Amino acid sequence: MNRYPFWKYLIIGLALLLGLIYTTPNFFGEAPAVQVSSAKATIKVDDTLRTRVEAVLKGAAIESTGLFFDANSIKARFRDTDTQLKARDLLDSALNPDKKKPNPEDRDEPYTVALNLLSNSPKWLTSLRALPMYLGLDLRGGVHFLYQVDMKAALTKRLDALTGDLRTLLRDKNVRHNGIDRQSGAIIIKFRDEATRTRAKAAITDAIADLALQDGNDGADLKLTATIKPEAERRVQESAIRQNITTFNNRVNALGVAEPVIQQQGADRIVVQLPGVQDPAQVKAILGRTASLELRMVCESPEESATYASGQIPFGCEKYAERGGVPILVRKQVQLTGDRLTDAQPGFDNQTQEPAVHLALDSQGARIFKDLTRDNVGKRMAILLVEKGRGEVVTAPVIRTEIGGGRVQISGRMTTQEASDVALLLRSGALAAPMEIIEERTIGPSLGADNIAKGFRSTMYGFAAIAVFMIGYYTLFGLISVIALASNLLFLIALLSLLQATLTLPGIAAIALTLGMAIDANVLINERIREELRAGASPQMAITTGYERAFGTILDSNVTTLIAGLALLIFGSGAIRGFAVVHCLGILTSIFSSVVLSRGLVNLVYGSRKKLTHVSIGEVWRPPAGEAKPPVVQA
Amino acid sequence: MEFFRIRRDIPFMKHALVFNVISLVTFVLAVVFLVTRGLNFSIEFTGGLVIEARYEQAANLEGIRTALDRSGVHEPQVQNFGTSRDIMIRLALKDVNIPSISKFDEQTRKQVFDPEKFTALALAQGGAGGKITRVEFVGPQVGRELAADGALALLVVIAGIMAYLAMRFEWKFSLAAIIANLHDVVIILGFFAFFQWEFSLSVLAAVLAVLGYSVNESVVVFDRVRETFRKRRGLAVPEVINHAITSTISRTIITHGSTQLMVTSMLIFGGPTLHYFSLALTIGILFGIYSSVLVASPMVMWLGLSREDLIKPVRDKTANDGAVV
Repeated sequence: MNRYPFWKYLIIGLALLLGLIYTTPNFFGEAPAVQVSSAKATIKVDDTLRTRVEAVLKGAAIESTGLFFDANSIKARFRDTDTQLKARDLLDSALNPDKKKPNPEDRDEPYTVALNLLSNSPKWLTSLRALPMYLGLDLRGGVHFLYQVDMKAALTKRLDALTGDLRTLLRDKNVRHNGIDRQSGAIIIKFRDEATRTRAKAAITDAIADLALQDGNDGADLKLTATIKPEAERRVQESAIRQNITTFNNRVNALGVAEPVIQQQGADRIVVQLPGVQDPAQVKAILGRTASLELRMVCESPEESATYASGQIPFGCEKYAERGGVPILVRKQVQLTGDRLTDAQPGFDNQTQEPAVHLALDSQGARIFKDLTRDNVGKRMAILLVEKGRGEVVTAPVIRTEIGGGRVQISGRMTTQEASDVALLLRSGALAAPMEIIEERTIGPSLGADNIAKGFRSTMYGFAAIAVFMIGYYTLFGLISVIALASNLLFLIALLSLLQATLTLPGIAAIALTLGMAIDANVLINERIREELRAGASPQMAITTGYERAFGTILDSNVTTLIAGLALLIFGSGAIRGFAVVHCLGILTSIFSSVVLSRGLVNLVYGSRKKLTHVSIGEVWRPPAGEAKPPVVQA
Repeated sequence: MEFFRIRRDIPFMKHALVFNVISLVTFVLAVVFLVTRGLNFSIEFTGGLVIEARYEQAANLEGIRTALDRSGVHEPQVQNFGTSRDIMIRLALKDVNIPSISKFDEQTRKQVFDPEKFTALALAQGGAGGKITRVEFVGPQVGRELAADGALALLVVIAGIMAYLAMRFEWKFSLAAIIANLHDVVIILGFFAFFQWEFSLSVLAAVLAVLGYSVNESVVVFDRVRETFRKRRGLAVPEVINHAITSTISRTIITHGSTQLMVTSMLIFGGPTLHYFSLALTIGILFGIYSSVLVASPMVMWLGLSREDLIKPVRDKTANDGAVV
């Protein structure tokens, strides 16, 4: 009766094998590596780069223990950190020769060369997608920021843009109004009579779908209140956070950090985690950079030129530096901002084959641009990048014809490189909405290593203490329980590695705690078997009923613990979530290992013996005959 | 080896009143400490800043305190952390609107706290070679949310467990078990309030985990109660409960002992980060044994448990499905 069919052993064997395969990568540790990735969208990581990296390393007689190649980067593994550092410096100066130039503006750095860690595990394991667990910042050191996006500002910005659109629209449609005014959260348009208001309403509903309109009165004037529709509001917020994340990604790439985490959290927050980085001030300066795009006209009328020639800045103009330092006079009035830009790509002019940047504008932007170019053929316009309150004229092309359709091409006096630079700058230039840091953490690398050691030691000694007690108290059954507990640990780590869950210190604590709680199931089983034996059941019978009876309680115990675990998972954040994930997974694996696996072992040892007279489960105490009946319930 | 050589049922219920009085007294004390002293919430909940740093020599704590005091930051907590070379500075959020440690943020156009400025200011006076090992800054929004989420998690755990027990047994058990285990939670909190130990997120996780864990203890006893009602007719309710507790006591103590072995290991080897976490677990486990057995059971008795509550004719079919240990 205590035999498992072959398929059950097969399942147990298979589970153990998978557990072993997916746990192993964690034991190989990590080796220092250098990661080369492209710093620009236009430059691809390909075989040529790989040969170049190989050649550079070979030329300096630096031995790499493995070269890995994927879609985005090339990683070279090294024996020790000294070699790693040497290789990094060498690759950096070979791939980015401009680094030595004194003026940062002249530097062109096509590649990012960063220090990284690579798993030491053999290739066949990696090809099975058996990767080590990802270590949280508290275990590897680094910086963590939580940014709160100011959605109100994003909406205000959108409302400002819409106010401008309304003005243009009403002028185009010849609808006379008594003033457009943006107040907090709404645009108020005043009219003299009902007929105009109706016409305005029809025009607005037609052209601008994002606005909800409402009639009202303000003294003698008729009023129209326009607010952003809730779904449009949501869209604005979503795109604001998306754009900020893209911008962050571009900026973090420039930092050369390996494996950065940039994620949305909740509706309006962004998490940035940079492993290995130790200087939060530098990161903040780079991430928080505010850059925006502006389109203005160049001041070039004869009077203005004359005033400038006499050493004065003409009225309504500002002096800026063009790329390369040549001064240029630009009107103060901003015609178009980067908000209207939907895309920017480097390319070539169709006719002249000159390098060019292709811009795509949204519909409002397209209309503004069309009007602007129609009215200013032959004149120069300037595209400015404004950063930290300082503007720089990226390019100042001459307008040749009226340009409609929202496809704009900037060309002239640009190299291919400059074209791709400008495109990247324009694409990643601006943050859609201001952000505030609401959480900041820096963890030194030594603290991380220390945390791993402490977590590992607590689990190891705790496990050892439980093992000693269980084997001492329940002998062979105790040993089986310990094997079941060890395989529970194996399954849990394999599962965490397979899911590529992030391991944190609370996660390690959860592993330890889960093991401490999981032994409960085996104690229940062993106690129950003893009880059956005490009541006089035959050993085989005692094993069967012991396992059967204990199962209900084991399920109960796991359900109540799981309720707590799930609540933590749902409502917890950060550190608690790491704890909860491990806790919940551990509860699930423990049911399998403590019930199915330990039963399999017991069956293997005792199941085939026909005349079993004794099982090794420690001393089963029976009260001396004649005394009161022991507290046993007869089954 | 067998620890528990119990010859007859131990008359636990004879002393039910004593247990309940002990519980009541500890409970009331815990509540008093919670009210008068309050919990020492970590900055995760309150918002604020924690810096841990290491110096080459013993750190000059007084120097740091004076420097901070001079720049207008009053009563910052500056203390040693482990060794005399390691220090920890803790700053509550109400103090951070001081010009010397804030800066103007270009994006949001307002004055914001600048952790780097503060860190530089604080570390300069501590001695030579101050190196940061950990900095943690939490804004006020985050803290409020965490506190709300924590409270919500606690409510969900309570509701979930009560619903499960009501389904598995009946409402008297469910009520008794949850009261017994909430009494544990309050006592853990009472300890944290009395000693002013830091109540952090991981302590909250420990409290909730231990709640789910020790409710299970009551389940085991209640299972036995139901079983005994079925198997032995003619026993009075207190006798049934005595029998149920006596026959499960060995399992209860061994299980909790094993879990405690692991927790003790964390307490010893886990370092400061896991210290309060394992401390909360220890208190929870020890009081869990006591309360889930000796508080929950009398509670069921007072609530007027009777044979008929558990043995209903329709349930006879499932007579053997209950777990018994």
